[in-house]
Formats: sequence, structure tokens, C-alpha cells
Amino acid sequence: MQLKKVKSALPPGWYFMQGDEACAEGAIAAGCRFYAGYPITPASEIMIRMVHRLPEVGGTFMQMEDEIGSISSVIGAAWAGAKAMTATSGPGISLMTESIGYAVITETPCLIVDVQRAGPSTGQATRPAQGDMMMVKWGAHGDNEIVAFSPWSVQEMYDLTIKAFNFAEQFRVPAFLLADEAVGHLRETLVIKEEVEVFDRVKIPGQAPFGTEEINGVPPMPAFGEGANLLVTGSTHDPWGFRKTQDSATQARLTERLVRKVRDFKSEVIQTDPHLLEDAEVGVVAYGFTARAALQAVKTLRKKGIKAGMLRLVSIWPFADEAIADLGKRCRAIYVAEMNRGQIAGEMKKYTATPVISLPKTNGEVIEPAEIVEGVRRNLP
Amino acid sequence: MNEKIFQMINAQAFPTPFCPGCGHGILMNAVLRAFAELEYDLKQTLFVSGIGCAAWIPSPHFKADTLHTLHGRAIAYATGAKLFNPKLKVIVISGDGDLSSIGGNHLIHAARRNMELTVVCANNSIYGMTGGQVASTTPLGSLTTTTPKGNPDRPFDLCKLVEAAGATFVARHPVATPIPLTRTLKKAIAHRGFSFVEVLSPCPTQFGRRNAFRSPFAMIQALKNTCVSLERAKGLSPEELEGKVLVGEFVGPGKNN
Amino acid sequence: MKEGSDRKKKPVTIHLNQKWCKGCYICLEVCPKKVFEKSPEVSEKGFQPVVVAHPELCTRCLQCEMLCPDLAINVEKGE
Repeated sequence: MQLKKVKSALPPGWYFMQGDEACAEGAIAAGCRFYAGYPITPASEIMIRMVHRLPEVGGTFMQMEDEIGSISSVIGAAWAGAKAMTATSGPGISLMTESIGYAVITETPCLIVDVQRAGPSTGQATRPAQGDMMMVKWGAHGDNEIVAFSPWSVQEMYDLTIKAFNFAEQFRVPAFLLADEAVGHLRETLVIKEEVEVFDRVKIPGQAPFGTEEINGVPPMPAFGEGANLLVTGSTHDPWGFRKTQDSATQARLTERLVRKVRDFKSEVIQTDPHLLEDAEVGVVAYGFTARAALQAVKTLRKKGIKAGMLRLVSIWPFADEAIADLGKRCRAIYVAEMNRGQIAGEMKKYTATPVISLPKTNGEVIEPAEIVEGVRRNLP
Repeated sequence: MNEKIFQMINAQAFPTPFCPGCGHGILMNAVLRAFAELEYDLKQTLFVSGIGCAAWIPSPHFKADTLHTLHGRAIAYATGAKLFNPKLKVIVISGDGDLSSIGGNHLIHAARRNMELTVVCANNSIYGMTGGQVASTTPLGSLTTTTPKGNPDRPFDLCKLVEAAGATFVARHPVATPIPLTRTLKKAIAHRGFSFVEVLSPCPTQFGRRNAFRSPFAMIQALKNTCVSLERAKGLSPEELEGKVLVGEFVGPGKNN
Repeated sequence: MKEGSDRKKKPVTIHLNQKWCKGCYICLEVCPKKVFEKSPEVSEKGFQPVVVAHPELCTRCLQCEMLCPDLAINVEKGE
């Protein structure tokens, strides 16, 4: 990824911020200059920060009539040239899902932040959960390779927002930040450096905006008003955007490229964070806020004589299949602590024959280290 | 079709996929004529549409930036593009079901905001592309595939709806009278605020055939007979106005009929 | 009309793109002078398009050009 160094949007130094606020600052640092959103607990704070900050940096803010309006105007603004984002929670992602598919087929870069809360449906608006891990990938119909990251700290609410934006622009996909209410409303220190690295959209006037010679390429992306006579459409289209709804060769090529443009390069995106895994006999996999408890749990297990290690998933999609396979080879059992009924645990079973034991918790409260310790001890191989 | 209009279209996309006699083709003609007469630079013009036959008017036929979106969402996508680049002239061209049924919420909010946006609603009173189902604009009693015993519901008066929501330019014309239609379209496009033009555009295939219209011309003729300009309506009695549709410019600076 | 003048109109050139015409016959029916007729031939797309049978009767009202849904008619500007 060709990254460019730019000055941070805030003066470098130490800050004490809420996770949601840090996310907004990360977006602005990444170059986001369009935000459209709709109020929803626990993501509204991102919107509130944006309404004050965007005018300060020459950006545009809009509260739309609903979440569908929000994601729609984000995509419209992206094609007008903006790095654009919205932030919501589970119910909002449900509403936005159709447009997520639209962003996939039109290859529109954008960032969608999901500050997850207890569901399904209205659920418990003010309580944390990690129940949307699958839906951001599989909610929209058809195939895709979206990118998604799960932050475990206020620092990562800032850093991973920048990273997600960069990948969105590099691969021309909708990117997700899978936060949760716990890390979203958490207040912690945040270090802002002198510079940040950002990826700017590639523009090559005259080149096809919706197809490449390579079967896994990302085309350049013009904007409205540049004389490109853009033909943006959600229908299957040829490299110039002309609808080809009866052409099987076009459908085959488009659907393959949309997936392979990310899948073939997934090693660039996948990020894991291992702790105490070098000599581990049992592994604990966790992500987001839960990983904080998981880290404490493995330290406690070590004190109790159990050689436990933690693999934190930082990126969620594309999935860290090789890292899980590798973990499975080293451990006799893998435990997955998550605030859902075993969504990532289920995914992991595809990549390892080592027993994967799900430690789900869906009572609207965060997982405690003691619960993970107990879960491991009760299910030792 | 004159030279100017020819320069504004992607000729390779013609002949159009529209049915013979489709009103949307006549509307396409009128929109292009309006732009030709206004001498607008299409380079800074963005056409946004949803899903349905009317949404295919600009995409892929216009040689300009076109954004073909999701069912009902054209106005929301257009809002984002306009907000980020206010220099763009943004025109939404979509159908009655798309704009007022599934898209109704976005329509009334955009009208309320009075953002500079022109919405051309091609109203054929039916969901044509999917085979002729009842729409929010289908007249009471009409036969459609989902109202085989006649539509039990009343239709929207789209102009009244959008006016109530706050639009500052509201007009209605049938495609049967292309000269007033083009004149109004030009005003709507130039209007500095939210402009809405409802265009009565017949669907001979899905609506016409099921409701005893024998040809595209018969529907054009029917429009000429039922549409009454505001000016002419002033001199007519309530009995004479029974079953008629008022057309003209209802809201707007310097409106005429 | 100028008294004593013999106003012979210049023939109007009406271009009709038979490849784009879908035989909807709006032009044929709306024309006040009956300039158009149905072609006996069937086009590539399977339509019986319209032919410009009597251009000399045209008054340049332009109803055909404006009401053609397929942009298939172009009535040339007069001198």
C-alpha cells in the first residue's frame, strides 16, 4: 500500500478521550471530509464529535432522515470525491445492508463504524455485545470481501479507523470498524503522533473505472464533475459501467474480481496480536474489548500452571485462516471468548481440527477475566 | 432530434430498452431539449436515478455523470453528492413508485430541506418494470396485476405531498404537451432550491393494456383530454373539473400555467 | 399571406431513424397533416417502423419530433 505521510489533524501529544471520540479523530486524521449519520446508541457520540470537527477542517456534516439515507449519501459523497463515513450500531447496519452491497459492486470506498450493542433487534441499546461479526460480511446478498477491524482500546479506535479507511481506499471496498459499546464509551489515553500515513485514491483519467486487465486489480476512481461521464450502477456492468445484465462472461469476471482484488492480497490486511503464545499448550482467541479480559485470563492461567497464550484478532475480515490453522497446530485446545453465541468460534472450526471451545456470553455485560479462566479450566483437554 | 441533443447522448445505448410508445422516452426527449435550450455544461451535471424504467432515462443514455442507485434511494445518494460538491448540478430522474413509495421518506425530507436539487418524477401510475403491480399513484379502481379486482386505494397527489413537505418549486405536466413540459423543466433546473416536476408519462404495456387503452397514442390523447391547465381551470365549474387533472406550476417564483 | 404571391413551400426534410423506430405510431397519429405511414417492411428488431410518406405536407409543428419516445425523428430547420 502506497501510503503518504500527512500531518495529524490534532497537535501531537497525549489525550484523554472517549473511544467514540477517538474514532472521529482517527477519521479526520485519515482525511475523512464527509460524514452522514443518524442518532443511535452507542454511536451517537461519533456523530456529535464530527458535527463540531468537520467544519473546522473544511468538511461536510449531515444528519440524514434515517440510516438508509446516511449510507446512501455517504456513497454519493464518495463518488463526488470524498473520503466518507458513517457510524451506527447493529440495527443501523441491518438497515444499511442493501447499500453495503451497492458499495461492493460499485467499488465505493467508505468507512462504516458499527459500535455493537446487545441484540438481536432493539435489544439492549446501552449494553455491549459482539453480535455483528458475521453480518457485516454476510448481511448483503452475494459475495464480497469487505475488510473489518476490531479495536480493543481507545488508541485502536483512532489507529484502526485510519487503517480501515486506508484499506477502503486501496481496495475500493466498504470497510468496517467493529467496535462495541464497551470500547466506544471507554475513556483512556490516546497518543497522537506528529504524522499519520494515509492512502489517497488513485486517479488515472481515461482509464476504465470499473474493470482492470488483471483478474484481481483495483481500477482507478474518478469523481463526478471531472468530465469522466461516469456510469455508476448497482447492476452488473462492464469496465466502463454499461449495464450487462444478460452477459454471463461479464458477471463471471466482475464477481471474481470483486472478491479476488482483496482475497489475493489478504496477507496485507490480516493483523493478529499474539501474547504468550511461544510455548502455549492451550490458546485463547479474543477480539475487541473482550481481548483485554482474555489477556488478563491467560496471565492468571499461567500463574495456575496452565501454559495458556492469547491470539487477539485485530482484523476480522478477511479472516485470519492461516493464523488459526497455525494456532491449532501448536495448541491442544483453543478457547474463544466472545460476546455472542460463538460466531468467530464457528468460523475458526473451518481452519483447524484442534478442538475449538466456545465461551459465549450474551447477557449484555462484558466478559470478566475470571469467567475465561473458569471456562478454560472446566474444559481442559 | 437536433444536433445538440445528439451530442448529449451515448448513441451506442440506442435504440432504448423502453417499450414502443413509452412515455419515459418522450420525457427523455424533453429533458434533453431543456438542457440543450439552457445551454448547460453537462460536465458539472449529475443525474441520479433509482430502480425502474424511469431510472433508465439518464443511465446509460445521457453522456454525463450518472449515478444509478437502489430502489427508492436516488434522492439520498444525490444529497450526499451535492453536499460534498455543491458545484454539481444534481438532477434526480426516477419513477413514481421509486420516489414516493419506497423512497417517500427521502422525498419529503429533501423537500423540507429545500436543498438545491431537481427531482423529475416520471409518473406512469404503475410499477412497470416488474410487470405492472399497483403503485402509490395508481388511480382508484385501476386494474393491475396485484389489484385484479380494481385498486381499492386512493393515489397520492404527488404535487400536494411535495408542496406540503416544503418544496419551493412544484409543477406537473403530461408528456403529451412537450412544449410547456420543456419550459417548466428549464425553470425547475434553474431553480435555486428544491424543485419537483411530476411528469405524467403513460405506460402502454403494463397500465394501458390492462385498462382499456388501445395504443400509445390513445394514452397521449387521454392525457390531453384529462389534463387541464390552472389557467383554464379557473373558468370551469366543479362539475366540469370532475375527473380532470390540474397541470401547471403550482409553487414557484414567477409561476405561470 | 402576401397577396398575389405564390407561396410554394420548400420541401421539409424529415429524418426518421428506422433503426431506432419501434413502430409506436404516435407520430403517425398525432401528425395533423398525415405525413407518416406504416412501412410494409419489418425492421431488424422486428418492428414495422414508420416511413416519411408525404414530407411536402409538413408544417414543422414538430409534434412528431417532440413526441417520439425514441429520438428517431429530426425535422430539419427551415431556411
